[in-house]
Amino acid sequence: MATTADNFAPAADTHAHDHHDHKPNFFARWFMSTNHKDIGSLYLIFAIVAGIIGGAMSGVMRMELMEPGIQYLWWFAGSSPEDISAAGHMWNVFITGHGLIMVFFMVMPAMIGGFGNWFVPLMIGAPDMAFPRMNNISFWLTVVGFLSLLFSLFVPGNSIGNGAGVGWTVYAPLSTTGAPGPAVDFAIFSLHLAGAGSILGATNFITTIFNMRAPGMTLHKMPLFVWSVLVTAFLLLLALPVLAAAITMLLTDRNFGTTFFDPAGGGDPILYQHLFWFFGHPEVYIMILPGFGMISQIIATFSRKPVFGYLGMAYAMVAIGVVGFIVWAHHMYTVGLDVNTKMYFTAATMVIAVPTGVKIFSWIATMWGGSMELKSPMVWALGFIFLFTVGGVTGVVLANGGIDDNLHDTYYVVAHFHYVLSMGAVFSLFAGFYYWFPKMSGRMHSEFLSHLHFWVFFIGVNVIFFPQHFLGMNGMPRRYPDYPEAFAFWNYISSIGYMIMAASMLIFFVNLAYAFLAGKKAANNPWGEGATTLEWTLTSPPPFHQFETLPVIEDHHDYHDHRPATA
Amino acid sequence: MSATTAFDQETARKNAQTGMIAILGALAMLGLGYAAVPLYDLFCRVTGFGGTTQVATQAEANAAASVGATRDISIRFDASLARDMPWAFEPTQSTDKVRIGQRDIATYVARNDTGKPITGTATFNVEPWQAGAYFNKIQCFCFTEQTLQPGQEVTMPVLYYIDPAILEDDTIADIEQITLSYTFHRAKEPVVSGLDRSKPSSDAS
Repeated sequence: MATTADNFAPAADTHAHDHHDHKPNFFARWFMSTNHKDIGSLYLIFAIVAGIIGGAMSGVMRMELMEPGIQYLWWFAGSSPEDISAAGHMWNVFITGHGLIMVFFMVMPAMIGGFGNWFVPLMIGAPDMAFPRMNNISFWLTVVGFLSLLFSLFVPGNSIGNGAGVGWTVYAPLSTTGAPGPAVDFAIFSLHLAGAGSILGATNFITTIFNMRAPGMTLHKMPLFVWSVLVTAFLLLLALPVLAAAITMLLTDRNFGTTFFDPAGGGDPILYQHLFWFFGHPEVYIMILPGFGMISQIIATFSRKPVFGYLGMAYAMVAIGVVGFIVWAHHMYTVGLDVNTKMYFTAATMVIAVPTGVKIFSWIATMWGGSMELKSPMVWALGFIFLFTVGGVTGVVLANGGIDDNLHDTYYVVAHFHYVLSMGAVFSLFAGFYYWFPKMSGRMHSEFLSHLHFWVFFIGVNVIFFPQHFLGMNGMPRRYPDYPEAFAFWNYISSIGYMIMAASMLIFFVNLAYAFLAGKKAANNPWGEGATTLEWTLTSPPPFHQFETLPVIEDHHDYHDHRPATA
Repeated sequence: MSATTAFDQETARKNAQTGMIAILGALAMLGLGYAAVPLYDLFCRVTGFGGTTQVATQAEANAAASVGATRDISIRFDASLARDMPWAFEPTQSTDKVRIGQRDIATYVARNDTGKPITGTATFNVEPWQAGAYFNKIQCFCFTEQTLQPGQEVTMPVLYYIDPAILEDDTIADIEQITLSYTFHRAKEPVVSGLDRSKPSSDAS
């Protein structure tokens, strides 16, 4: 790695001195990129594309669930309406694809790859990431992983049809003896590639944040978004290898006759669930922590106040990360844990509500008495706080081992995790997007369209997911394409909600087109007094190579305001 | 640019060091993932987690018998077969009443109705799961693989006792019946069965 940095250093400096802001040609710039801002943009574009595909899959799902019976799935399976098993397999493929794409190829690339790459170096005053070429490898591994997952849709999954219909959790024995076709191998391989990309990315972030901060930028002066990415990177680094181990065991069980999860050879399928959720629970914090960071920046900016309880906010994220590793079995309450084990996991899970509460109340306290301005990023941030809290409350309900016996694998769980992810994580992504879009593109988006997007999206997702609480309480199980007549009413409403949400995405893309075609040029700092972190001291968009002379954080700077005194 | 040069040698060296430590951390977690396999197995054996029964010696059985517990408990015997296992397999008795602490023998009958010799291996557990820690086997056909010739029928014994310590565990002391369950699988012949499973099987539908 040392040679990389050695070669990189003089090159960057020569460019800087000779001709300002020299960019490589198109192919070299976008396909061989080592620039953290370009790679961040690539990640964001990739996440949007993957999000459209994953979102389209959920559109098919909501369409099928709009009315009882099987209406459309057989068509996607290339089969006939009478072929129920082909339709059922197609359904399993869609739920698997939707879950894997949204987790690994939409939320993670956007949060960490996209905003993390773009703004961690800018916020800590670094010229780039620590390992720029490894950054490029991380991105393309993610892309190839996505292609592997898409490819799996077109090869046999089992004797019924194409595609991996094993759920995003890939539980054995369904994923071993239950789905012998190559589609599942490709889906597993896709996770290997995306996981390797994320582990390398996490290494890069940890190194960058520990070693490349501007002089005077102590850990306790770093912006909270940087803190959130640091904690996330540690979670990735410690959780993903466990997933890699588990799915590698799946691969060898499937193809090479090992019996890690096969009782016939002394294995145990429950072990797979333990390994998966030891990764899977930190994974849900991986998806939300960077969002917490962005929301902290945005709330402080548009309240024109330093964030309330900075150290509490930073260490609340550390606490969430640590405790997140010792609560995994709350996903497995129904596998036959004894009552004492359930009591432990119930209590440990509920403990997480404490640091999470610290964050929610600190955001509210930041706004309290602030000079609030409801610009587009701020309305999304407010929407985030409300909806994430709703999802958090249902999370506390589900944390109870006794109640979960009843609600496990029902639509109540689906509603819960979509409130924290499809609303929590996604609202923070849109908040971050509108916050930083002017900085990234140099153009202003339309405030009107952003607000319209917010309201239509807000109504849409609530209409989709709130009724699913009722369905789950009434016992509708998840992962089925059909349901009894009794569940028809709320399913119909839920599918209407999808249409509203889809319409809001059109507004989003119109807004993007407007910004690029007719948007006003963005000032260095379009958000005024409240935007005090280092990225706002640069031009919009920032120069190709920034901070050739490192900014210095003086003693008079606190954790909040990093602007030079004479700015 | 002296002190504040963007990418100096010292930073590069420190970066390589931090990056290496991070990668080592990731590799260690990968190792832990694999270490979970034997650790989980050990954990189940020691604690009886998931209804894993215990193995006892004659001496331990004698000690348990000498405690002189006075309660009886009912044992239900259950037998099942993996999907690809063509044997017939049944317990000789469906239930049995035993004095806690006293050893008892139960038998199962297995028959190979096919024309080929087949080797089987039995997995086992008890229900409720909490009883696993107190269900002691002195001798069991499940300890080894069993090979049955075509048409052969065997009667297989299991010699067991219930640890009197169960009476002091208030999460389970009041139960009246424990179910002992066996499932016979075809013993793994690794490479061949691995190749077999790579073909879509007809029974998946």
